[in-house]
Amino acid sequence: MISYFLRRLLGSIPLLLGILTLIFFIINIAPGDPTARYFNPNISPEVIAQMRTNLGLDQPIHIRYFKWLGSFAQGDFGYSFGQLRPISEILPTVLWNTLQLMIVAVVMIFILGMLIGIVQAVRQYSVVDNVLTFFALFFYSMPSFWLALMLILIFSLKASQWGWPIQFPASQMTSVGYEFFSTGERITDRFMHMILPALALGVGGAAGIARYMRGSMLEVIHQDYIRTARAKGLSERIVIFKHALRNALIPIVTLLGLYLPILLSGSVLVETIFAWPGMGRLIVDAIFQRDYPLVMATSFIAAGLVVVGNLVADVLYAVVDPRIRTE
Amino acid sequence: MVHSSGDVEFAVPEPVSAPLPAAGVVTRAPVTPAQYILSALLPGSAQIARGEWVGGMLLAFSWAIMLSVTFLARGRIAGVFTAGRMPIDGLVAVVTLVLSLVTIWGWAMYDLKVRARRPRRRFGDSQWTIAARQFRRNKLAIAGLVVMIVLYLMTLLTPLLAPYDPTAQGDIVLTRYLSPSFQHLMGTDKFGRDIFSRVLYGARISLSIGFIAVGLGVVLGALIGSVAGYFGKWTDTVLMRFTDMMLSFPRVILLIVIIALFEPTIWLVVTVLGLTGWMSVARIVRGEVLTLREREFVQAAKVLGMSDARIIWRHIIPNTLAPVIVYATLGIGNTILVEASLSFLGLGVQPPTPSWGNMINDGRDSLITAWWISTFPGLAIVLTVVAFNLLGDGLRDALDPRLRT
Repeated sequence: MISYFLRRLLGSIPLLLGILTLIFFIINIAPGDPTARYFNPNISPEVIAQMRTNLGLDQPIHIRYFKWLGSFAQGDFGYSFGQLRPISEILPTVLWNTLQLMIVAVVMIFILGMLIGIVQAVRQYSVVDNVLTFFALFFYSMPSFWLALMLILIFSLKASQWGWPIQFPASQMTSVGYEFFSTGERITDRFMHMILPALALGVGGAAGIARYMRGSMLEVIHQDYIRTARAKGLSERIVIFKHALRNALIPIVTLLGLYLPILLSGSVLVETIFAWPGMGRLIVDAIFQRDYPLVMATSFIAAGLVVVGNLVADVLYAVVDPRIRTE
Repeated sequence: MVHSSGDVEFAVPEPVSAPLPAAGVVTRAPVTPAQYILSALLPGSAQIARGEWVGGMLLAFSWAIMLSVTFLARGRIAGVFTAGRMPIDGLVAVVTLVLSLVTIWGWAMYDLKVRARRPRRRFGDSQWTIAARQFRRNKLAIAGLVVMIVLYLMTLLTPLLAPYDPTAQGDIVLTRYLSPSFQHLMGTDKFGRDIFSRVLYGARISLSIGFIAVGLGVVLGALIGSVAGYFGKWTDTVLMRFTDMMLSFPRVILLIVIIALFEPTIWLVVTVLGLTGWMSVARIVRGEVLTLREREFVQAAKVLGMSDARIIWRHIIPNTLAPVIVYATLGIGNTILVEASLSFLGLGVQPPTPSWGNMINDGRDSLITAWWISTFPGLAIVLTVVAFNLLGDGLRDALDPRLRT
């Protein structure tokens, strides 16, 4: 088990290196460089040239590449031109904000998706199954940013217009006066802010998981040991949730790795719409501000998160399915 | 079967199966001249008269729809020919209209003349005929196919269908933020532009981008996957590691980084969407090729001295097509979603050219006063993607029962 994990861990090092290389060359092949944001009739060309020398931009590309790799390896992500502070200072809070959102979304995706899938599989070809299949397809085909806007429209804007008892905030992570809240109020406040973005981010994924879960559950349910369990006289609940679910879960675990890049992509849009101060929004801001070091650092972190997520999914897969480990 | 003897009553005798009809002889009633005349007057009516309801109704309906489009757009069709400079998209639309009318009419006649006489084939199936039969049974997939065909027809016919010019700004006081009505089916936006016309024109952009980008991705993926799988060894390692690397990037993040660094034009968006959409195809094709490589017909081709390029192109790629077609169909829907997200962020199709994504973005500021601006383009996206997903699922079930989830 440990050796399996170590092998996977070692295997991901060249992957990360390749990702770094790709990011570096995409950014350096593109026209324009970090000093472009200072082009201005009031700044003389000498100052720009001096700036380029200071930043090391006048050196040949391969030297810059290795220097950049070296500083990344030491955990030095450079200095953000847009926010005028070191990137390693910006990243932790932003990353934590995104992770909060993603963890809530992932938990929601899996619980909701699995429940729907189980219901569909147990009642195969019934009205419930068909209706749920239709809705799953509908939500699966929906752009997350549009869903986000519709959620804001209905549960935030129209809800306050119509005076609904429950209204959700349409943007930001915290309400005004968050600093003066007690701990309990803070948690509910954060939760209220999180519900709409997490829904927008996760509903499509939940629909996808439900489809997989239905298929995987159907495959298991028709096997002999389930019939044996029923023949023993076990209650249907135990048969489904204890015997069938365990085996049906195995393929679902690998989906965690599959959904991580999709979630990160979605978070770019959802965070932009909900003004959630996370990674996705940071990347968009950095790109529009031509803040090259920040773009490089954030896109690397995003890709790195996916690699780590895949690693976790692989390990989880080995935990739930002992057949994998012995390979 | 185990029959318990004794007190059980006499076992029900096995039903004697009627002799199967001999292969390929299900004769149909001959076509009368009256039916030919009926069909020439109204395509599909002869089929209905012969009792072939489904085909006849479909033909009659599509004929009716096309004729009514021609009738409603008659002013504009004339306009295409009388305009000083002949507008190219108007011409394309007219040609499409004429072609589809001729096709429907011709198909109805062909159906009567040839297919009705030809005895229905019962036996002797290739992989594709089995798949086609499976597919035809799946009503949802057929619905997806119909919606897809209608959508593509609409993109070609847009200049004749759209009630207003999609970029024409109306009177700033009188026609802005009008709610949906019979004049403006989906309302107007803050510049007084008709949303319905813009949704129709946006369909062109979204559908063509989806189609071209997926085509590019599929070709690239099939190439990389087959080369990796066929040659194996270090070629395989290098290419598949590269694929893994590309898969590790969240797609939207990679796209916005590349597009924002260059100038966002439609062609750049299409190219980059294609270049970031090949990885899954490469993996699927590689997996198929790995098993195909060991099969006898490939070994035989090698022994016969065929070149690697020929073996890959003529013998291996055709056999990997089934899963690739499925992926491509599902991929078009997904690509339309991604393109919409890019346009939404302002990195895809640039205004004033309408695309579903940037129209949704237009409506963001006035969500509460004018909900229709964002809602209808979004519904258009959902409808399109649902159609492609239904079609893709149907194709998957038909082409490869193993893949069924």
